[in-house]
Amino acid sequence: MHGTKLTSTPAPTLSRRHFILTAATAAGGFMIGIGIAPGAADAATVPGEPWATGEGYSPNDIDAWIAIDPDDSILIRYQRSEMGQGSMTALPMIITEELQCDWAKVRIEYASANRNIREKKVYGDMFSHGSVSVRQSQKRMQQVGASARERLIAAAAARWNVPATECTAAQSVVTHKPSGQSLRYGELAADAAKVQLAAEPAIKTPAQFTFIPKAMPRVDVVHKTDGSAKFGMDAQVPGMVFAAITACPVPGGKLKSVDESVLNGAPGIIQVVKLDNAVAVVATDTYWRAKRALSRLQPVWDTGEAGKVDSEQLSKAYRAALSEPMQTARNDGNVDQALSGGTKTFEAIYETPYLSHSPMEPMNATVNLQSDRLDVWVGTQDAGEATEAAAKASGLKEEQVYIHNGFIGGGFGRRDANDEVKQAIAIAKVVQRPVKLVWTREEDTRQDKLRPHAVVAFKAATGVDGLPTAWSMRVVTSSIFNSVGVKFPPNKVEPMSVAGLADNGYNVPNMRVESLLKNTHLPVWFWRAPGINQHNFAIEGFLDEMAVANGIDPYQMRRKLLEGKPDWLKVLDTAAEKGDWGKPLPKGSGRGIAICTDCDSLCAEVAEVTVKPDGQVKVNRVTVALDTRYMVNPLTIAEQAEGSVIYNLTAALFGKLTIKDGAVVQGNFDTYRMVRLAEAPKIDVYLVPSGGPKWGGAGEPATAPIAAAVANAIFAATGKRIRSLPISDHDLAGSA
Amino acid sequence: VITIEVNGTSRQINIEPDTPLLWVLRDVVGLTGTKFGCGIAQCGACTVHIDGRPMRSCSVPIGALDGAKITTIEGLSPDNSHPVQRAWIAEDVPQCGYCQSGQIMATAAFLKEVPNPTDADIDANITNICRCGTYERLRRAIHRAADMMKA
Repeated sequence: MHGTKLTSTPAPTLSRRHFILTAATAAGGFMIGIGIAPGAADAATVPGEPWATGEGYSPNDIDAWIAIDPDDSILIRYQRSEMGQGSMTALPMIITEELQCDWAKVRIEYASANRNIREKKVYGDMFSHGSVSVRQSQKRMQQVGASARERLIAAAAARWNVPATECTAAQSVVTHKPSGQSLRYGELAADAAKVQLAAEPAIKTPAQFTFIPKAMPRVDVVHKTDGSAKFGMDAQVPGMVFAAITACPVPGGKLKSVDESVLNGAPGIIQVVKLDNAVAVVATDTYWRAKRALSRLQPVWDTGEAGKVDSEQLSKAYRAALSEPMQTARNDGNVDQALSGGTKTFEAIYETPYLSHSPMEPMNATVNLQSDRLDVWVGTQDAGEATEAAAKASGLKEEQVYIHNGFIGGGFGRRDANDEVKQAIAIAKVVQRPVKLVWTREEDTRQDKLRPHAVVAFKAATGVDGLPTAWSMRVVTSSIFNSVGVKFPPNKVEPMSVAGLADNGYNVPNMRVESLLKNTHLPVWFWRAPGINQHNFAIEGFLDEMAVANGIDPYQMRRKLLEGKPDWLKVLDTAAEKGDWGKPLPKGSGRGIAICTDCDSLCAEVAEVTVKPDGQVKVNRVTVALDTRYMVNPLTIAEQAEGSVIYNLTAALFGKLTIKDGAVVQGNFDTYRMVRLAEAPKIDVYLVPSGGPKWGGAGEPATAPIAAAVANAIFAATGKRIRSLPISDHDLAGSA
Repeated sequence: VITIEVNGTSRQINIEPDTPLLWVLRDVVGLTGTKFGCGIAQCGACTVHIDGRPMRSCSVPIGALDGAKITTIEGLSPDNSHPVQRAWIAEDVPQCGYCQSGQIMATAAFLKEVPNPTDADIDANITNICRCGTYERLRRAIHRAADMMKA
């Protein structure tokens, strides 16, 4: 069996969807089962306004997570964010598994970050990054569901005066088998709320699951097809005014002056607000008024030395720093000795540029700041951090801050800085009214906290069998923790700086990975699959170079280097087999392969590419094999794999921010190009969960391999090796 | 004062005539299903129907729309039952969902013009950006919607 392929077939009616899970063998596919997932009518629901109602309590709470109404409908509170990754569906599914309740009667809303403060972090961390939602909450969610179930059973047993051990729970009903009595959860909830268990019940092992894994439509999909899903951008507060902002284009710079007189007579302008590093215009009635007025201002900035920096200097400085002393992340064997003893040696430098996250929803925040209460409507990946930041910026206590998290119009790591929240509060303090602050697309690109620039220098030696015997990897990039403001021990290696390199799975006896962090004035940040999204392009490209030069098939080279690692081999073999590795292709076309581990998952991808005579690259098809170890909702896992491929394919093909005079040059989608439907490859995802002690993440692990898979496919098609991104910087005309 | 019809309701709009329709819909009329993504007609998140034609509302000034009939995502169907919406649900297309109003409105107008689209037709006509990368399911949903509309 080589994987589970998830496709949907035409459904006879809207309310029944058939997901066919086919398992394929070397001989071909066969069906292992049909999971029928409910449609909109019988699925769990979420309100279009997803934030917690009121103070985040319900009279029918049985604890902070779960409220059960007399009619058996169950409210499950979701403590993380929904930015498209599907965890707002997945985490309640885990609770449902243990609670033994009816999924069709579940409704979901965000847990209140305010209640989390008031009740001593009853929800724990509230962030969504690092693909943690399932893998770091799964045990907790199981415990929440199991505790509630046992309390419901205890309440029923007490009512019947029977031992709890004689009672069972299923589909929102507790049954006492010996007497045949049963009670619905809705009839037991009030009593269950008072039950205190002597000890927490054991949670199920994956083998005991009866509900998950199950392909389920996302709970938010109906609101995302009729315009009713409320994003931060859609907050409407009585009396609110609109703000547009431009911060100093050179990060770290200050506002010197701005001539407001150009706005004299412009309709509806309330105020020009000068902040330390930015200028905002606040207007009535429409955001457009503020935006247009802002575009007429010509602020003068003090940019200092940073205003002289450009991309070429930065690249040169990074490359020059490759010979400086570095910190060692991994050092196996004796690399220097082995390098000199190899049959053949290899050297290459790989380089990847700054990128913005560019979520579809530009950054925004709406605030209503009163003397004793602050309400913030925002799409944030971290409502907990947003609460802290808002309290600090407003001077109020955290208990006085209410974060109303919306559906998030794309996060990818960008939306956990909460800088837009701080700005909106600063403006509200000045204008003393509720304010909706919206960034323009240009502001969103230029004031992003960027995917770092990185250079990686490789040296390797191969032995008589053509396999590497020694491998040195040296990285120069910048520190994400420094931008975050996290103090990281200076003698330690920042994990993101070597992600995808130090954690490679290859059996090479002598291997050393080192990194050097050179910070610039440009803030850098977590960008989907931090570090590995760019370093995997480097390591998998360089490995391809060695394979080709030594006459070894790149897939077979990886197979040999992963010997004894069945989980790695499984994703590699699945991607290769399903991606038709080795089958003939017309001239001008080629296949490339790459593999990685990320967030405790494994992923291999095969890309099939055609390079046209004019040099245009068309990625025809991508085959993904993803091992998340376990699965909650295979449908959303497959969706995340598809999305991850497109996200980093955009970066690989087109993504590059240029720095000139210290500022980001690109602003909007006309200069910062995105993959569109016509350029999107066919993507086939095979899910091959291998089990084991840890659960893997789903939101990020399929991001990294696509860049190298495409670059290696271009080599196969043209003989041209791509060692820097984006691919569009390379002239491939006539190469195929 | 400009008079437009939005989802069947007549509206008197009294605002600077160069205000793009997008901001009239969102901030004046209060319909937030139409999204702001780029402001320069690049991404298509703001796509609505103006007299039946798909237009990127961020780049259409309200002053040019006196008497126009506008349909937004909220008015595409009263109950999420338009074949394109149903196909989107059946294929579980949206991830973050922010671009999907525009994708759906673009597709609904496109399928009226081209009821039996090939993949090449779709490539040439559905040019909206989706950063979540829902393109694989989006393409399937377009074909599914076309089939549903024929049935």
